[in-house]
Amino acid sequence: MTLFGYRLPAMSSLLLWALVWEIVGRLDLTFFVPPLSEVLVTLTAVIGTAPFLKALSETAQAFAAGVSAAVLIGIPVGILMGKSRLIDELLLPWVNMFLSAPLTALVPVLMVLFGFGMKSIIITTTLFAIWIIILNARAGVLQINRSLVEMARSYGANPFQAFYKIYFWAALPEILGGVRIGVIRAVKGVIIGQLLISIVGFGALFELYANNFLMAHFWAVLIVLFALAFSVSEILAYLERRVSYYAASR
Amino acid sequence: MVMPQIKEADVPDMPPQSDNAVVARGISKTYGSVEALRDLSLEFPRGQLTSLLGPSGCGKTTLLKIIAGLLKPNSGEIEVNGKPVKGPGPDRAFVFQDFALMPWANVLRNVAFGLELRGVATSEREAIAEKYIAEVGLAGFEKSYPHQLSGGMRQRVGLARALSVDADVLLMDEPFSAVDEQTRRKFQEDLLNLVQNENKTFIFVTHSIEEAVYVSDQIAILLPRPSRVSEIIRPTDLRHKNVDNIRRDPEYLDIVDSIWASLRSYVE
Amino acid sequence: MMRRSLWLKIVSAVVLFGAWQIAGMIPVSYAFPTFFESMAALIRMAGDGTLLTAYIETLRPLVVGVGISAFLGIGLGLWIGLSAKFDWLFSPIFIVMQAAPLAALIPLLVMAYGIGLTSKVFVVCIMAMPVIVLNTASAVRNTPASLKEMGRSFMASDTKIMLRIIIPAASPVIFSGLRLGVSAGFIGAILAELKITPTGVGDIITYSRSIADYPAMYAAIFSIILLAVLFLNFLERLEVYLFEGNVRGYASD
Repeated sequence: MTLFGYRLPAMSSLLLWALVWEIVGRLDLTFFVPPLSEVLVTLTAVIGTAPFLKALSETAQAFAAGVSAAVLIGIPVGILMGKSRLIDELLLPWVNMFLSAPLTALVPVLMVLFGFGMKSIIITTTLFAIWIIILNARAGVLQINRSLVEMARSYGANPFQAFYKIYFWAALPEILGGVRIGVIRAVKGVIIGQLLISIVGFGALFELYANNFLMAHFWAVLIVLFALAFSVSEILAYLERRVSYYAASR
Repeated sequence: MVMPQIKEADVPDMPPQSDNAVVARGISKTYGSVEALRDLSLEFPRGQLTSLLGPSGCGKTTLLKIIAGLLKPNSGEIEVNGKPVKGPGPDRAFVFQDFALMPWANVLRNVAFGLELRGVATSEREAIAEKYIAEVGLAGFEKSYPHQLSGGMRQRVGLARALSVDADVLLMDEPFSAVDEQTRRKFQEDLLNLVQNENKTFIFVTHSIEEAVYVSDQIAILLPRPSRVSEIIRPTDLRHKNVDNIRRDPEYLDIVDSIWASLRSYVE
Repeated sequence: MMRRSLWLKIVSAVVLFGAWQIAGMIPVSYAFPTFFESMAALIRMAGDGTLLTAYIETLRPLVVGVGISAFLGIGLGLWIGLSAKFDWLFSPIFIVMQAAPLAALIPLLVMAYGIGLTSKVFVVCIMAMPVIVLNTASAVRNTPASLKEMGRSFMASDTKIMLRIIIPAASPVIFSGLRLGVSAGFIGAILAELKITPTGVGDIITYSRSIADYPAMYAAIFSIILLAVLFLNFLERLEVYLFEGNVRGYASD
């Protein structure tokens, strides 16, 4: 949008919304919405405290472990599905099913099987992220330009060279796109896991603040969490754009 | 097999009977129940440009890919320099209709890719690539990426890649169909020079009658369902005329007209 | 070819359920019943009506929430897609919501609205709304310019261009946004029942876990996932049927 001939940056309206929040908070309309300034003051106070850092590091660990597992398993499985018709036909219905299935319902199973701890949260995170990573890696391999493959063959590439000189790079934009969406889903997965298991990480912290009616604390942690999630997704989108310049010209 | 009828445009001025770089013998190819090629035989004289011309679906690209070793014929045999083709080999280089450039690699690496696959050392293969990049007129674009080039420039990269592996036979699959008309004319002129100066055999698939007559030493007309060679035309006389005047030469126009006359009933 | 893919589907189902059965028979864990035990529990619960009552309870917030999200979401999305001002004002909120783990808001919603239906509907709404809004907005924004110009060249009014060109052209992507919204709504509905108060299917899951009736617990989870998948599959087929030849792909996930 432009204002007085000056182009406003895309996300600048968030500042306006922050102002609205502050005013609503000051008007004392509801106990649940303290003014933004109060939340920010609390934020600076909370951010260095031991419980917050503990929650953050626990969440980061579970998130990193879950995402790594999803990437390390998901990409090879997706590439295999793209290369082999039999594997594809055996796995695709299940991948599609789990992609849209409400995986939240599986968390209680994970809890009874793997206990009320990190292990269950990591698996939840992986389950949220892996399916879209598989599907995108598969799509990336399937869309590889046939003449690029023929080019490699006609200039004498062996299968190994064809894989690491052509297939991997040609599928890279899709693979990265899948990882980006997978990571966004993993953020949701790790939080849902922590909320349901609720004795670890931010789940425990939210429980603590909610039970003690510490609204400013609650919002402060929410802001940090949302900002982190948004930054992660923006960084990945930036990386994806760096390589996808060539996606259009294939 | 019906023997193709050979029209000699100029019998006394025929070039001395040269040997054949590529020979196709009794090639048949079916896709499922569709017969693409039936018992096709054709000879490609060394050092000359042979066009494969025909309506779409006549199997000309299939034949080219069989010669390249990318497809296996159901029966029949291809010989290159007297040796049967088992698969892709260093004696042939392919130029693709859609260029088939690696979008993540710059011009230099794309051109040197054939040599890279053969394990030629980096400095050596880059020196060779630079030479051919200059030869196709792209000097200064070594560090550019394909998406920064126009369609015509991209195909020059594809051509430089094919030249840099120094194969005897260049296989070109409608190489100029994805570039604009003016660029295409420039390409055709350059191709004539290339045929004269490089001692290579060119096999050229096209759907443009004018293009085939303009650039070819020998035109094989393929007719569809199933494909066979219906006619071989050698516009030998045209090759000795001034390039600038070919397009208004009565003989050129006659050949174009007669090819159209034999093809028109096959075009939907 | 149809037969082959059907066979492979059956084979892969047999392999998966067989693995479940064997893992249950070993057993890998005291809390891991076999496939047949779980199916027996499913049939028992379906037979005595437990499942039916539970689903009526579970689907209520889902239907209400998705309905509200669809109505508000498509409206907002159209508005955002058509007006640069509203795009600037509202888009960032939904972009952040799309990336953020909104489930973290649940404890707050419970404090504000209690543990009743309102909270659960809210959970479904915050999960389902962003994708509906963003898909609608980007579908409207990406209406092919040539189509709009065609309308203008035939002197259609703005309203007519909106009703006869923009909305029909955008409807496949809007519909797929709705489908993704329903998918997210299922997550919200189940999350609400597991986190806020155990009712419906969430109640069966929680209760049977507490009395260690694992076959019933697995059966309930199996049934809700099956229901969600079948329904989303139906929507996907409906989408293909309705917009055959008009598919432009999804704007976002």
